[in-house]
Amino acid sequence: MIYLQLFWEFFKVGLFTVGGGLASLPFLYDISDKFGWYTHAQLADMIAISESTPGPIGINMATYVGFTSAGIIGSVLATLGFIIPSIIIVSIVSGFLKKFSENKFVKGAFYGLRAVSVALICAALVSVVKISLINIPLFQETGAVLDLISIPGIILAAACYFILKKWNPHPVFVLGGSAVVGILLGFVGLI
Amino acid sequence: MKELLELFLAFARIGGLTFGGGYAMLPMLQREVVENKGWATEAELMDYYAVGQCIPGVIAVNTAVFVGNKVKGLIGAIAASLGVVAPSLVIIVAIAAFIQSFSELEIVQNAFAGIRVAVCVLIFTAVVKLFKKAIIDKFTFALFAVVFLLSIFVDVSPIIFVVAAAVLGIIVHVFFLKGGKAK
Repeated sequence: MIYLQLFWEFFKVGLFTVGGGLASLPFLYDISDKFGWYTHAQLADMIAISESTPGPIGINMATYVGFTSAGIIGSVLATLGFIIPSIIIVSIVSGFLKKFSENKFVKGAFYGLRAVSVALICAALVSVVKISLINIPLFQETGAVLDLISIPGIILAAACYFILKKWNPHPVFVLGGSAVVGILLGFVGLI
Repeated sequence: MKELLELFLAFARIGGLTFGGGYAMLPMLQREVVENKGWATEAELMDYYAVGQCIPGVIAVNTAVFVGNKVKGLIGAIAASLGVVAPSLVIIVAIAAFIQSFSELEIVQNAFAGIRVAVCVLIFTAVVKLFKKAIIDKFTFALFAVVFLLSIFVDVSPIIFVVAAAVLGIIVHVFFLKGGKAK
C-alpha cells in the first residue's frame, strides 16, 4: 500500500527535519534507497525545481517526491504527512508559551533568542546576496573589482529599495516587477 | 468560519510568494500577519522564528501553526498550515505533470535572477525592522555579532546557536537584569 507508506515515511521526515527544508534531504535519499520510488538523479532534478519555484523548499520537495512516487494523491499524502508533526508539536509548544509568557525564564530565553533570530536572518541575507548581486567566479577570473559586483543587479536593488521606502507596496509587486525586468534584460547573462 | 478562511488565504498568499526558503517569507509575514491583520506583533513573529528553528518541521509551516494557533486554536493552526502548503501542491503538481525542464527554461532563469535581487532588498528592509526591536543593549548586540559572523564563516547548525542563546538569555535576564537593560 504505497499511499500509506508514503504518508508514514513523510510523517517521519517531518518529525526529524529540524532547521529548514534542506535538512530533509538525507531522509529523502534514504527513502529512495529503501523503496525505489524515484532515483537519485530524479531527486537532484526535484531539488533544483523545488528551489526555483514559490513555496517553502521542504514542502515543495515533499509534494514533488509524493507526486513522482504515486501521482496527485501521493503528493497530497506526502505533504500532509510532512506537516502533521509540525502541527502537533508547535501546538503543544505554543500552549506552553502562552501559559508561561510572563515567566522570567521564558522572558529571558526570548531576550537572547530574538537577537539570534535576527543574526540568522542576516546570515541568510548574505547567502542570497552572494548568488544574486555578487559574481565571485568572474572576479577570480579577471581580478577586476568592478567584476565582483553586478552593476545591473545593484541598480535594480536600489530601485526596489526606493520604491519600497516611497510607496510601501505589497512585496508581490516588487517581486513581479523584478521578474519582468529580469526577463526583459536577460538578467542571467548580466549577473 | 470567516477567520479560518482569512487564515487560509493569508497563508496561501505567503506560501505562494515565498521564493527560496523560510527566511524569505519574512517580508510577506510582516505585511500580512503584522501590518494587515494584526494577528501578531513583530516581537512575537521573532519568537516564532526562533522557536520554529529548533523544533521539528520547516520554519514556514511552524510559523503558520504558531500564528494560526494564536488566532483560532488548533483549527486555526490547521487552516494556516494548509494555506501555506496549498500553492506548493498546485504549482509543483502542474510543473511535474507538464513542464519537465522547468528550471532550465531561459525565461524562468532570467525571471528568477531578477526575483532574487528583489528578495535581497525585501529581506533587508524586513530585518532592519526586527533589528531595532531585538538588539536593545550591549548583550544582545554582542550575541547578534557573534552568531552572525559564526554562521557566515563556520558551518554550524543553527540549533546550537538557538539553544545557547536561550540559555545565555536566561542567565543574563534572571541574574544580571533587574527589569532594565544589560550594562
